[in-house]
Amino acid sequence: MTATSSPVQPVAERIWERFTPAQRMGRFATYLGAVAAIVWSFRQVEIITEFLYDAPEQTLDLFRRMWPIDWAYYPKGVHDALIETFHIATLGTLLALILGFPIALMAAKNITRSTTLNWIANFLLVASRSVNSLIWALLFVAIFGPGAIAGVLAIGFRSIGFVGKLLAEAFEEARPGPIEALISTGAPPLSVLSKGYWPQVEPSFWSVALFRWDINIRESAILGLVGAGGIGVALDSALNNLYWDQVGLILLVIFAIVIATEFVTSYVRSKII
Amino acid sequence: MTLATSVVVPDEGALVIRNLSKEYVAGKPILKEINLTIEGRGITAIIGPSGTGKSTLVRCINRLVTPTSGSILFKGQDMAKLSGLALRQARRKIGMVHQEYNLVERLSVMENVLSGRLGYMPAWKAWLRRFSAEDVQKAFALLDAVGLGDFATRRADQLSGGQRQRVGIARALMQDPDLILADEPTSSLDPKTSVEVMEIMVRLAGVRNTPIVINIHNVDLAKRFSNRIIGMARGEVVFDGPPGELKDHHLADIYGGESWMEAA
Amino acid sequence: MSASVPVSIPAREAFLPNWPRRMAFVALGLYCLYALSTLEITWVRFVKGLDQGAKFLDRLWPPNFAPDKVALMGEGLLESVQIAILATAVGILISIPIGLMSARNLVPGWMSWIGRVIIAVARSFHPMIVAILFVKAVGFGALAGILALIISSIGFIAKLFAEAIEEMNMKQVEAVRATGASWLNVLFMGVIPQVIARFVGFSAYQLDSNLRNSTMVGIVGGGGIGATLFTAYQRFDYDFVMTILLAIIAIIMVSELLSGWLRKVFQ
Repeated sequence: MTATSSPVQPVAERIWERFTPAQRMGRFATYLGAVAAIVWSFRQVEIITEFLYDAPEQTLDLFRRMWPIDWAYYPKGVHDALIETFHIATLGTLLALILGFPIALMAAKNITRSTTLNWIANFLLVASRSVNSLIWALLFVAIFGPGAIAGVLAIGFRSIGFVGKLLAEAFEEARPGPIEALISTGAPPLSVLSKGYWPQVEPSFWSVALFRWDINIRESAILGLVGAGGIGVALDSALNNLYWDQVGLILLVIFAIVIATEFVTSYVRSKII
Repeated sequence: MTLATSVVVPDEGALVIRNLSKEYVAGKPILKEINLTIEGRGITAIIGPSGTGKSTLVRCINRLVTPTSGSILFKGQDMAKLSGLALRQARRKIGMVHQEYNLVERLSVMENVLSGRLGYMPAWKAWLRRFSAEDVQKAFALLDAVGLGDFATRRADQLSGGQRQRVGIARALMQDPDLILADEPTSSLDPKTSVEVMEIMVRLAGVRNTPIVINIHNVDLAKRFSNRIIGMARGEVVFDGPPGELKDHHLADIYGGESWMEAA
Repeated sequence: MSASVPVSIPAREAFLPNWPRRMAFVALGLYCLYALSTLEITWVRFVKGLDQGAKFLDRLWPPNFAPDKVALMGEGLLESVQIAILATAVGILISIPIGLMSARNLVPGWMSWIGRVIIAVARSFHPMIVAILFVKAVGFGALAGILALIISSIGFIAKLFAEAIEEMNMKQVEAVRATGASWLNVLFMGVIPQVIARFVGFSAYQLDSNLRNSTMVGIVGGGGIGATLFTAYQRFDYDFVMTILLAIIAIIMVSELLSGWLRKVFQ
């Protein structure tokens, strides 16, 4: 062992950090913000604890009142309303597809080159989405009066945002190769659209249509709560009259139709897509 | 065990495989009563056509596949019968290099290498990525050894195939294993990278005196890098010997047909 | 070249008519006519409605910004935001174990079946309906709204979480398992890194969605701005309704920006 005048320097330890300082700050800020938001909400919100403890008993009481289910009410009060709900959902979805398609074209950056038009189209889509279908229903009930018209328009206008956004994304994801090929043959724009873009976008179109129709069946069921037609109307009146056995029936019917819709959509999906 | 006997006594680190059979489908065994003793040092290459059970054999050793019957004795334990904590502890000492690298692509290179220590860490430390300083230095050293010293913070999916396999080797070595299993480590790599990866793996294992059992379909690589070749065909061992003894007729038996052997 | 007798080549159809498709479209068109008539949606009613609509729009604008109204609105909006935050937080927490136990590649079959049934039931009912039930169970107020939105959050987040896990690369997980890692360690270093980006994505989306729904549950008694909105509506205070609507849209747009930023931080 040689004597040295200076102490032996250890090999410098290499540091590994999982996150860069910037990332760490961002993550910390996010956690802090989230915790702060949750704590603030928790303290501000009025939760009457007696009600919370009472909840299980109240729920049990509720289910007790719903049983036995008033099956007899179905043909009179429920069946027609159910059919109406179905029509509202379907017509509403169709309306959204028809109106949403041109807006999607306007929003797709590779089809409409003008950024102003893009922006307008996107704004329309966001506005449509931001307003709940229930609020749309309120609006249309005020304009057209209670009934299915309001329901169809509410579903339609709400769905434009959903359908339009996904369709625009599908257009933007279309491969430019086939489009270029068509343009180079001198094809007019409409033909490029129908023979170049549409075949690529079509699977997404049907997928989105099916998806939205599925959601719309659920949404249509409750629009009646504000008078826009469908089974929600029956539900509303049953609730107001406290006929819990009818409420139970209606909930079961809604559940059944949701399950049925799931089966139909997955079947159609497997056939078409 | 000091008596001289006529039977070769395997050394401590040996892998003793007895009557190993595996059927995925009843009545169609992939492995038929394999009997092998693999020494605790050196490179053993298993060659054979696809579907002959080489991969199954290798994956039985660390129990990624459960044999239908037979035993695999490693360090005094039968790998075929272990479960739970005992199995995990046994696996800690067996490092594996995979055909498709199997790095967690969204994690960084460093996190992938440090995964080799997961068998020794409690869950909360894994969650918070609290690896010991010693482990981190060791990981850096291994990354240097495979030539990826500056890549520690890169995400695994930003690396090329050869680079990823080198990280896989570093991960396996991070476990301080008593045995390295390599399941077709070069099948997804181009010829030049394959040789580089084999060289690194063989050199680093040699420095640590760790035996390697490698399942490989490239006969030239097998002959070049191993000191014992096991040829499998139809679920059985049909050749067992040093590379020098592997002749064309053996290969014909193993792989069938002769046209592929004609000089390219 | 000798004159040859013209041979008639049978004409070949390049584009055969797709009859099933055509029939489907015709059926769709007929359905529309049928449905419209059943619902008594006629052109006359529509046009009358447009006229009514013009009058209505007139009453909506300009929005009412009187200070007492704004204060009332502010309270309701804050409560809606609080409902959304709490529902999302608790919903995420509960969705993690439920999602994990619904992934068929991670847990035994019977367990995944239970998980998937839970998710299916949680998704079946619209949050509004669930809110009505909770109002009966725990009374009027924010608690009912929060509980209702927790259920709908679980239906969405747990489902997508399970799908993300089922779509992940199992070989990466197997490699981590081969190092001798415990089940939890495999989860933390093999499974979670693969799915966390998507998880944050749809959790942020659900925060958005809960914000939208929290503005509504008040209509049936679940707290928040919905009650204020509905009361104003029923009193024909349409200009106040407009104010509230604008405020809701503004909040939702801010929330969309926020969730976009969140996604970037955690990507």
